[in-house]
Amino acid sequence: MNDMRLTERAVETKDIKIAAHDVQVYYGASHAIKDVHIDILDKTVTAFIGPSGCGKSTFLRCLNRMNDTIDICRVEGEILLDGEDIYDKKVDPVQLRARVGMVFQKPNPFPKSIYDNVAYGPKIHGLVKNKAELDAVVESSLRKAALWNEVKDRLDAPGTGLSGGQQQRLCIARAVATSPEVLLMDEPCSALDPIATAQVEELIDELRENFSVVIVTHSMQQAARVSQRTAFFHLGNLVEYGETGQIFTNPKDPRTESYITGRIG
Amino acid sequence: MTAEATNMPAKARPSLYAIDPRTKRRNAAEKRFRLYGVAAVGFGLLALVVLLSSVLGSGLGAFRQSVLTMQVPLDAAVLDKEGTRDPAAIAKVTTIAYGKLLQDALTAELTEKALLPAGMKPKDVGGMISKEAPAQLRNLVLANPDLIGTTVSFDALANGRIDGFFKGRVTMESAKLDSNVSPEQLELAQAMRDAGLLALKFNPGFIFAPDASELRPEAAGLGVAILGSAYMMLIVLVLSLPIGVAASIYLEEFAPKNRFTDLIEVNIANLAAVPSIVFGILGLAAFINFGGLPQSSSVVGGLVLTLMTLPRIIIPARAALKSVPPSIKDAALGVGASKTQTIFHHVLPLAMPGILTGAIIGLAQALGETAPLLLIGMVAFVRDYPAAPPEGFFDPASAIPVQIYSWTQRADPAFTERASGAIIVLLVFLLVMNSLAVVLRRKFERRW
Repeated sequence: MNDMRLTERAVETKDIKIAAHDVQVYYGASHAIKDVHIDILDKTVTAFIGPSGCGKSTFLRCLNRMNDTIDICRVEGEILLDGEDIYDKKVDPVQLRARVGMVFQKPNPFPKSIYDNVAYGPKIHGLVKNKAELDAVVESSLRKAALWNEVKDRLDAPGTGLSGGQQQRLCIARAVATSPEVLLMDEPCSALDPIATAQVEELIDELRENFSVVIVTHSMQQAARVSQRTAFFHLGNLVEYGETGQIFTNPKDPRTESYITGRIG
Repeated sequence: MTAEATNMPAKARPSLYAIDPRTKRRNAAEKRFRLYGVAAVGFGLLALVVLLSSVLGSGLGAFRQSVLTMQVPLDAAVLDKEGTRDPAAIAKVTTIAYGKLLQDALTAELTEKALLPAGMKPKDVGGMISKEAPAQLRNLVLANPDLIGTTVSFDALANGRIDGFFKGRVTMESAKLDSNVSPEQLELAQAMRDAGLLALKFNPGFIFAPDASELRPEAAGLGVAILGSAYMMLIVLVLSLPIGVAASIYLEEFAPKNRFTDLIEVNIANLAAVPSIVFGILGLAAFINFGGLPQSSSVVGGLVLTLMTLPRIIIPARAALKSVPPSIKDAALGVGASKTQTIFHHVLPLAMPGILTGAIIGLAQALGETAPLLLIGMVAFVRDYPAAPPEGFFDPASAIPVQIYSWTQRADPAFTERASGAIIVLLVFLLVMNSLAVVLRRKFERRW
């Protein structure tokens, strides 16, 4: 954990984007997430780390209500996005997900053209009025995902024909095309090789300018490299949450220390 | 542990070139298993070859028919006594008069060519012509009254026995015992064929003509049956595809998983296995007795076949929907698509090849279904073409498999040939539908 950049990391904002209070998640009878309190800041990369099965992905999926698709999953407590409870009865998850985008573990482009992959979100949300605007959105999204130069000559080619790293960046472009405020990433680099990982990490750092990014990762090095704040989950509890530098160099909880030094997990 | 225990006792390692008995046994078992497989496939192919050669061998004859070509003077004194060319007056002349015309024309032709054997009565000459031929000539005249007074070249169907003689079904020996044909007539027919007056020609009537009575196998065709089958397939397609796809989407994607939906699921699986004749009884009770729909009509047949096809479409459609990777659904939901958008934009297009394949195979099964149609009266003898849809759906019609069934019930061996010919037609339709399923699957198949 002696990454040089750690020391440069400082959280530039104190605006709270997502505030979770007292969140409990149950899968049927099992209690997967217990009493999680966390404030996720705007324009910040927040990393969730922890051993497998600790609930970090589950909690991430609560933030845009992707857990709704699982019948036996039940969420209690409140999660506020800009002060509004996303689990309120009046909230339509569809609208929420346009504001809280998601990138998955395995690259999952639609079996359509690169252009259609990116254009899908803006189209269904009615964000654009005509083809020219759509073209502009597609281009800017692909630029933000650092993919434009590689694919600008073959936007009609199928998205599934790209390499793994390109596919993942395409998924990121697809997620940013709806101009979300928060971008959730569930182990976005676990299916990628080191070079593609480096590209995506660089990209995450750039995305911080516009979005609040929450990333779940198994790689502590990755958390240290890309995030400003880190949350450590263990057995469904949020054990420790703080500035990344502090978590990795001076953890307060003995469990955190054990995990980052490799004794548990 | 001591060194003796860890090291194997000093045993000569066998050479890799020598195959040990265990490996030999394994290899033999594998070889045996492959042989069983080849034998099974071979047996299947053999059965297919036997089936096809038997059907083709006895059925191809139906596509060619013996035809007597003759010059028929359409005598105005017989066909239109008043000379008014009034269609009503012409229609009063019956097929008996036309039969006489044909008989005279053939006799004249034979006399001219010096083929007429001494002592053969004109009635025997006329007996060589199909009983259907006068009706065909009459229809020709009624459709075109201007022909009266002229001489037309007319292709009259030969009697079924004469036709059978050229197809090897009737021999001189069998003719001696047959009251419908005599050896002299057969000899004359052979002479006529040599003289070019009689020929085996392609028989469009087999495809387009309606069924004919017991005594006129040479005129029997599949026209009404093909039309009836087509009407029913249309009804089945229009009803079962949307209902089946909607039901499978609802069950697969929206329905809560509880006892009730489990019950529905079990019922669908069971319905697919219900014998088709049960659906026939259901159709008889529900659509004809209770619903008051007309018997023998393609609408009732179509509805019954729809009921039968639905589970056979729902089961593969659900399997196709289930096989769409969940990551695609996640991706769509993740960018904020609603559930319906996710299904219609992403899941359904990916499941389409599977759904279409299931639907076409379900239709193909419905096309070949006979038993339920027997119960709703489609086995009736229908000579009138059903009208154009939608009224035609309520007209009596036949269906190809039922036509095959009823032809095999008839006494005249000429109908065996017709039945086999109809099987060929049915197989061609099935082949076309199955190839369509393959083509559609290839076309829509996408990889991810």
